[in-house]
This record gives sequence, structure tokens and C-alpha cells, in this order.
Amino acid sequence: MMKKVLSIAMASAMTLGLVACGSTASTGTTTEAQSSSGDLIKVGIINNDPNESGYRTANDADLKAKFTKENGYDASFAYSLKNDEQIQYAQTFIQDEVDYLLLSAADTAGWDSVLKDAQAAGIKVILFDRTIDADASLYEASIVSDMAKEGQTAVDWLAGQNLSEYNVIHIQGVMGSAAQQGRSGALDTKVAAESNWNIVKQQTAEWNAEKAQQIVQSVIDSGTPFNVIYAENDDMAKGAVAALDAAGISHGVGKDVVVMGFDCNKWALEELLNQNWNYDGQCNPFQASYIDDIIKTLESGGTLSQKTIIMDEKGFDATTITQQDVDTYGI
Amino acid sequence: MNKQMIKKITGNQLFIPLMALILLAVINLVNDPGFFKVTLGTNNAGNPVLSGYLITILDYGSELAILAIGMTLVTAASGGQDISVGATIAIAGSAMLRILCGGNSRPDTIQAPIIVAFLVACVVGMLCGAFNGILVAIFKIQPMIATLILFTAGRSIAAWINNNELPIVPDPKFAYFGGFIPGIPVPTTVFIVIICIIIMALILKYTNLGLYTQAVGINENSSRLNGINPTFIKFLTFVILGLCVAVAALIKVSRLSTINYSVIAKDIEMDAILAVALGGNALSGGKFNMWASILGAYVIQFLTTTLYKFNVQSDALAAYKAVVVILLVIFSAPTVREYIRRLAKQLPMSRREAA
Repeated sequence: MMKKVLSIAMASAMTLGLVACGSTASTGTTTEAQSSSGDLIKVGIINNDPNESGYRTANDADLKAKFTKENGYDASFAYSLKNDEQIQYAQTFIQDEVDYLLLSAADTAGWDSVLKDAQAAGIKVILFDRTIDADASLYEASIVSDMAKEGQTAVDWLAGQNLSEYNVIHIQGVMGSAAQQGRSGALDTKVAAESNWNIVKQQTAEWNAEKAQQIVQSVIDSGTPFNVIYAENDDMAKGAVAALDAAGISHGVGKDVVVMGFDCNKWALEELLNQNWNYDGQCNPFQASYIDDIIKTLESGGTLSQKTIIMDEKGFDATTITQQDVDTYGI
Repeated sequence: MNKQMIKKITGNQLFIPLMALILLAVINLVNDPGFFKVTLGTNNAGNPVLSGYLITILDYGSELAILAIGMTLVTAASGGQDISVGATIAIAGSAMLRILCGGNSRPDTIQAPIIVAFLVACVVGMLCGAFNGILVAIFKIQPMIATLILFTAGRSIAAWINNNELPIVPDPKFAYFGGFIPGIPVPTTVFIVIICIIIMALILKYTNLGLYTQAVGINENSSRLNGINPTFIKFLTFVILGLCVAVAALIKVSRLSTINYSVIAKDIEMDAILAVALGGNALSGGKFNMWASILGAYVIQFLTTTLYKFNVQSDALAAYKAVVVILLVIFSAPTVREYIRRLAKQLPMSRREAA
């Protein structure tokens, strides 16, 4: 008797768990009903979970706004942070005979066979936001951010501030991620090359504001002087600034500490506008218009001039940013 | 006489966390006496604040200390741990922000009094606790498996409550809970912890909760025969933990006046469980010492702060905590204890022989 109750409870708990997980992972293939209409271009879009970050939310919203019926598309969306689930969605889209498969892969490996299937079925593949380890002949184009360039732009800006000495607290993202490697690389090179650039503390806060706050707090408690905070995303810059505020250290334009962030969240750009922060580097999530251009070119029979398209990415300075920039580029 | 006193001291449950605390303090003292310096300064709002490593430990250890209270009860009654507290903090915090911001991610003023938002968060936290409690107490599912459900789904639920938006609370008063109240140089979190401890002490002194919880944890059947309802007691401990989670969520959300669903209070459940273990409480349930757990929580924060000071990479912190866990597990293993006891007995005997 007891065993039976237990097993029923277990089963119900597991189903509950599945339902709960399902709500995030598989909202796939939503609009396959009116697929047979010939005019619309049918696209299957595989993306990471929009809850992952503000960047991803903006990315998903941008795609949803572009690939509408009004713009001549019949789009289906599928989300997962797991590579194997994404591959399954890709197979589903191939069976649905979509015209284009748009892909932001969770992981770089494992895509060869499914992309060969797509090629055999005459489906054109376009990668956005992330690259994969597959033969370039398997996809038409890839639209990516150049993280190293983002880092370089930021470091060049910092060098342009002409401080007499640079004592930097460097707060890194999750180690090994493309964004971390790109944004750390430029700073590391500069620090190694210049004699008046020092790293006071280099720590990963794993994109986490609370950890960044603790790391900066630790430097403040130790009494080591610093005048630059180089945080590899906005959340971590926010955590760092919270620690500065609590310790009574001034920050922003013309103040003691220069604060730098990345990703251009709207609230972060507002901090720039109020001159509480100094710099924010963009990581462009708006890839939909690039993809739209590529599809239009291919549909009209044209050829693409280049396979890898690197998006324009700006760096904003608190002294020159305008409300219009905040509205346009804030995510 | 002397031996008896030593036995009394080492036998006390507070011995392990106190020893760990002293050890950490000595290491820091030798390395840099400045570690213990506390200075009075002003923050950017122009208010007096205390600062220094010790204040940092007291401040950042608060959430953990509060969670340790609930986790100790759950551990004692059910003989298992709740691994969903981090995710539940995200849910309760998200509910709090939803009430404060009224579904608008960037309001100009708060849409409801802070106390209302906090009470809603308490209810949400207790509901999550009740959900776990029902699975554990009534359906008799292993606590770690039962709480795995919210552990997996919680952060998505939290994101859903606010439509995936990341609201920012505009009222500076809300930041007092995780920061400083103007004019008072001690972090507010310290007072919140003291209030929680006083309430818990009163409950343990004037109700039978402590006794009943231990009775259920030691032997469920005999406590039932003695007229205690084990199902209700287990359920109650999870609800109390839910309340602790809501208080911790208030502090966490208040620290930055915003929330990030995927990383807020990440891995805090492991630290809370470690606090209970460090307090010398058996993770298989039964007798417990609340104060040892709370002390354990501050020891963990002491360790974290020390490691940050020594420039240990923050993604390597977990490895150091793992070493602590291994040492604890080894020293509390019955075979090792027996061995040490025998060794202790042999020592004075051999000394006598030598004389």
C-alpha cells in the first residue's frame, strides 16, 4: 500500500516537474497551422531561452518584430539552452519543410549531420549571434558580434581618458565564454604593454551582480587604491557601484572612479546619461534586419558578398550620450 | 576534573564552528592585522557607515544566517535538506518586485507600500514551502527529490511572474533593508538577523516546536505514539523555511533594488546546508542546535571573505568549501570518532607507563 502511494506521488511529482520545465524549454512550432500559403517565406528560428539575460530578451523581441506576416514571413520559434533539444527542433523544422532555418546554437559542436539533412532538403541555414564548428558550406551566412573588438573599443576609450595612472578592478564574466575572452583579452594586452596600467584585482563574478559587489567590497576593505572599474557586463558594474556607494567613493564623470560596463541595458545607459557611469560598450542584439537583408538578397537570386557579417557595435561615453541614444540602443 | 572539562568543551556542539572561526581569525591576524580594523566613514548619500572586513562578514552573512534557521528545522524534522531555497528566493523576490512596481518595469514611484510587498513575498515563500512540505510530509518523498522540482522550475517561475522583465525599484527607502538606514552606521541586515534570532529564541523557549521537531527527527513512529503529529511538524518546518526565504529575498532584492532571475542567490542552498553541517547538526535529522547553525553561517561568510581577500578566483570558492565539507564528514564519521576516542584513552595510559 505504502509503496503504491509513493510511486503515484513520485510519478505525479515527475510530471509536475516536466510540465514546469516544459514551460521554459518547448514553446516550439507555434504557427505551423497556415503554412501552405505560398506567398510567405517560411522560417524556423531556433534560439536560446529568452529568460537567459536582457540581451537575449531583446534579441528575441527583435526577431519577433521583424519576422511577421506583414513583413512576408511565416515564422516558427523554438527555444532551448540545450544543444540536443535544439537539434531536435531543427529536425522538426526540416520535416516541416521550412525555407530558412535561423540558428543561435547553444553549443558549437554536433551540428554537422542535421545541417547536412537541411542542405539535402534544400533548406538554407543562417547562423545568428553564435558560430558553430561546422563546415562553412553548410550555412549561407553567419551574423555575429566581435567580442574582441568590443573589448578593444572599450580599452581604447579608456586609454583616451589620459589618466596619469590606471589601477583597474577587472570583473570578469563566466570564464571561457566568448564575451569574457574577447573583453578580457584587450585589457590584458594593454596592461601587459603599459607601465602605468595595473590590475588591482582580477576576478570572475560570473555575470552576477552580488558577486561583483562582494569582490569590490573586498578591495575597498583592503584599502588598496583603485580608479577604474572594468566590468564585463552591466549587472556586474551595477553591483560594483553599489559597493562604491556604500563606501562613500565617488564615481562617474569627473569623479574618483571610472565605471565601465557592457551590453547597453536601458537602465545602464540612463546611468551614463546621469553621469554616474562613464562608459558602456554595446553588444548588438538586433540581428533581425541583417537576416532580413540576407533573405531578401537570396530570394531575389543575388549572392552574398561575404559569409561572416560582423555587426556594427558602438561604445557610449557618458559625456556625449543623448536621450535619443538611450531610446534607440537601450535593450 | 581537568579531563572532564575538556570533554565538556569538545562535546559542546558550538565547539566545531567556534574552532573554525578562531582558526580563520588567527590565519587573518597572522597574515594582516588590518583585517580586524573597523572604520567609520560616510557613504555617497552622506550618511555615517561602518566599514571593514568584519562589517562585511556580518552584512553579507545575514541571508545565510536567516536561511540556516529554517534549514536547521527542516533538516532536524525530515532528515533531508531543501535544495530549492535559491530558486524560491527568486520567486519571492520577483513577487515582491511585481507588487512594488505594479507590473511596470520602470515605474516613477512605488505602486504599493513596501510592507505590503514584503507580506506578499512572505505568503509566496510560505506557499512554496508548503508545496515542498506537502510532498515531503504527506507523500513521503525524499526531501532532496521533492525540492528538486522547485529547484529546477523556480527561476523560470520567477521570470514569468514579471513577464521576463527586470524591474527596478525607484524608491531609495527600499534600499535601506540591504544597506543602511540614514543615521545608523550599522548595516540594516544585522538588525534583521537579530530580530529573526530573537523571534526564533522565543519560539523555541515558549513553544514545543524544538522538542517536537527533534522527536519527529529521532523516531517518527514513537513520536506518533506519543501524540505528536509528524506529518504536521514536517510540513510546518518547511513553511517556516519558506518564511525565512522571504526575509532573505527582501535583503537580496534590496541590495541592488532589482533582480536577475538566473543568478540571484545562486548556490545559496549549498551554503545553507553547509552551515547546518558546520554547526555539528546531523544531516540525517534528530537533535539540533540552532545557534551552532547560525554561527556556522557566519563561519562560511568569514571563509568566503577571507578567500576573496587572498585573491582566490571566485569560481574556485566552491572547491575550498568542498574541502571543509570533506573534513566535516570525516570527523563526524562514527569510525573516525571511535578511533579518536581510543587514541585519547591510550595517550594518558602510555604517559603513565613512561613515568
